[in-house]
Amino acid sequence: MPKLLIKGGRVLDPASGRDEIADVLIKSGLVVRIGQDLHATGAVAFDATGLVVAPGFIDMHAHLREPGFEHAETIETGSRAAAAGGFTSICPMPNTNPVNDSAAVTRYIVERADRSAVVNVFPIGAITKGSAGEELSAIGSMKNAGIVAISDDGRPVMNSRVMRRAMEYARAFDLPVIDHCEDTNLSAGGDMHEGLESVRLGLRGIPSSAEEVMVQRDILLAEAAGARFHVAHASTRRSLEMVAEAKARKLRVSCEVTPHHMALADRDMVPYDSNYKMKPPLRSEDDREAVVEAIAAGVVDAIATDHAPHPGSEKMQEFERCPFGIIGFETALAVALEMLVHSGKVPLMRVVELFTLGPAGVLGLNRGRLEVGAPGDVTIFDPDLNWTYDVNRSHSKSRNSPFHGRAFRGAPVATVVAGEVVWSREGAGRTGQ
Amino acid sequence: MPAGLLGIEALERGEIQAILDRAKDFQPPQGQSFRRLDLLRGKMIVNLFFESSTRTRTSFEIAAKRLGADLVSITAAGSSVSKGESLVDTLNTLVAMRPDAIVMRHQASGAPHFLARYLPRTPIINAGDGTHEHPTQALLDARTILDQKPALEGLRVAIIGDIAHSRVARSNIYLLSKFGASIVLCGPAPLLPCELAMIAPGVRLTNDIREAITGADVIMMLRVQLERQKEAAFPAGEYFQFYGLHLEHLDLMKPDALVMHPGPINRGREISSEVADSQRSVILNQVENGVAVRMAVLERIVGGGNAEAAH
Repeated sequence: MPKLLIKGGRVLDPASGRDEIADVLIKSGLVVRIGQDLHATGAVAFDATGLVVAPGFIDMHAHLREPGFEHAETIETGSRAAAAGGFTSICPMPNTNPVNDSAAVTRYIVERADRSAVVNVFPIGAITKGSAGEELSAIGSMKNAGIVAISDDGRPVMNSRVMRRAMEYARAFDLPVIDHCEDTNLSAGGDMHEGLESVRLGLRGIPSSAEEVMVQRDILLAEAAGARFHVAHASTRRSLEMVAEAKARKLRVSCEVTPHHMALADRDMVPYDSNYKMKPPLRSEDDREAVVEAIAAGVVDAIATDHAPHPGSEKMQEFERCPFGIIGFETALAVALEMLVHSGKVPLMRVVELFTLGPAGVLGLNRGRLEVGAPGDVTIFDPDLNWTYDVNRSHSKSRNSPFHGRAFRGAPVATVVAGEVVWSREGAGRTGQ
Repeated sequence: MPAGLLGIEALERGEIQAILDRAKDFQPPQGQSFRRLDLLRGKMIVNLFFESSTRTRTSFEIAAKRLGADLVSITAAGSSVSKGESLVDTLNTLVAMRPDAIVMRHQASGAPHFLARYLPRTPIINAGDGTHEHPTQALLDARTILDQKPALEGLRVAIIGDIAHSRVARSNIYLLSKFGASIVLCGPAPLLPCELAMIAPGVRLTNDIREAITGADVIMMLRVQLERQKEAAFPAGEYFQFYGLHLEHLDLMKPDALVMHPGPINRGREISSEVADSQRSVILNQVENGVAVRMAVLERIVGGGNAEAAH
């Protein structure tokens, strides 16, 4: 049986509160021991001295583009980029071609992942057939095939009646309903956040209200249906306030935020550079601060990347013609450390929780813990490593990142999935037997 | 990056002043046509218009030819753009032919700014980008005002119409603000986002045309651009009633106030025929100054003081 012994790292486990220098032994894909001075004959040793050893990171919001858009990303390349970002589990959204709206497509993704992915892949199924917003997809069958949540993501369900039915139906299968909250009538034609910058640049705006009216609608529907409702990439102060209020009322409401919404505001955009174009758009500086504050206040359940690869040919166009979305796996941890931990606003343990236990809790995954008996998924990172992101060396097939050339403090060092080191930074860790 | 002209916002006041001063030299003597000069002989300028335009394109063509430059005009229809070629590929192709400048109009805001980042060798002159800027229009408007008024500083300028979608308004706001004019923007509320008050110093907003023009030195009327409206943001049928410039409005302005319009005008939609044809109107002076100002811009960017040094 293959064995991996991670030696001498600072073991952080948000579930138990463990924060100590210890060794972690993984055998047959499971954590079998955590303790001091562990020895295991025949084990591969990884020297984690000076590094943090955390439960494997989970990204609950990503786009892997397979099937259908393999020129932008594949399950394999996406999973390699995820591993290089410290993620051991990723959840691809259903906007593939065909849309993941049936058990057949879900099974295809799961099988492709089994064959080609280096990390765990937990698909998210579509709420409606073709994500057309009309007829509910085969939600129960997809759950049996492996989906962990439902969402129409970038094509949000505008018909409130359909959304209500989806929430009621999903409750019976104990699946969370994830909504990319955007009133597409309010946002129609918009290319960036509506505010001073959009007015200055002469670009059509996406108002905050386009997000907020849907957050509120969905909270009301979820309350009535008793459903689990999750707000994808909350980006405005009011959205986060509404989530906080829903939580205070003990509703089953959760939310995620992205690294880019905690790090960048509309005024940080390089004008007309589509590496800054995504939905929801980079909001105002006040909204950016609100995202960080909401994390510090405990309102946020997960940090999710919304990794959205697009090939250069699509992003090298007039701004208004470029598709929305940026890649994010490889910079997520570094951005979070910079904006939250090094700034002194959020303890490291809490940030680890937002990458692990938080998303696992939202999705009901038996992961996100570093304890005996848990899956042997481990993220090893150096919170102080100085490095600069070079998007041209990305493992993703795409290059659309606003963080190219940015200097960071803190980076993933190795990614362990089921006891196997699937990625490690050059020169890191391995000491042999 | 070679110094093109992408917008007024990033331009220094001194640079603007130099262009306006030089444009005065190019103004034709009363009743005569523009002089033919050889300042840009041997230079090649490409006029690349992705959007229809009569006056701006013609004006750039005349300006280039009067300066002795060679000029090629390309419109999107009939070019490879209509065959699906990307903007970057089109521009790369043109740049390979080594023009000395590209004058470009495009329906997408920021298209020339985007290209300027990837085409480091060729200066780009923005002849209007989407709903963003139209720098030479603001320059010719300033030249026209200065032909009648001693200075821009302290003037009260009202800009009326669809401000949100107007590149003419943005460029004029930036220019007038840099010279210390006081600017009142007026239009239907959905076309007048409150953020406009913050894009430059000295700007305020009103939805009342009478308030906007009372005591004004300059009234700039904008064309109602129904083609830029994705949907009806205001009831178009009553636009003229509330935001059109009527004959009786002339009494509210200063007695020597100027009425301007970038054209093409829609008589009876934003401006009454009587006002357009009144003594206050300098609409045709604007057109004439368009050539003079564009000559100054082309000279400055393509040859200018470096004409001798250029090889």
